Amino acid sequence: MPMQAEEIECMIREALPDAEVAIEDLAGDGDHYAARVVSEAFRGKSRVQQHQIVYKALQGRMGGELHALALHTAAPENS
Amino acid sequence: MSDAMITIQETVNGNDVVLFMKGTPVFPQCGFSSAVAGVLNHMGVKYQSVNVLEDTEVRQGIKEFTGWPTIPQLYVKGEFVGGCDIVREMWDSGELQDYFNERGIETPGMTG
Repeated sequence: MPMQAEEIECMIREALPDAEVAIEDLAGDGDHYAARVVSEAFRGKSRVQQHQIVYKALQGRMGGELHALALHTAAPENS
Repeated sequence: MSDAMITIQETVNGNDVVLFMKGTPVFPQCGFSSAVAGVLNHMGVKYQSVNVLEDTEVRQGIKEFTGWPTIPQLYVKGEFVGGCDIVREMWDSGELQDYFNERGIETPGMTG
């Protein structure tokens, strides 16, 4: 069963309460999304580690229910 | 360690650049795999490709190997670099060529 954008956002926020999350539905089929996630949790981490934090937040759905999630992650710019 | 994991470990250790993908560089069978193979082909990087569609155990095993849930997966000198997003981001920023060259991997497609 495909996922809803809100469900993805909610799962990411649950794991990263401070996160700024923007989800874009790429194909309208519940299976292809792009997500931009900004969180302090990413500071000092490699891109692979940052993406793995998001995949962990999605509790195993990545690559299963969720076929494609184009991810862009970053730590907040120092204000 | 399962046979698939041994095969994966040997492939990753035995080749400078390895791309686990769906399909082959000439006939990719997934947009994301095609994108990464396309970047490597454009750069002229020599790489070993593994078509995970030909071996379901490798297809599943590679996800456990790095705890990365999707295909494609790029490895350079035994190190996991990333999937499509990360390789594309590194390509867009120009980091990818430095990454290869710093590890002694030629990118003849980028000269001139």
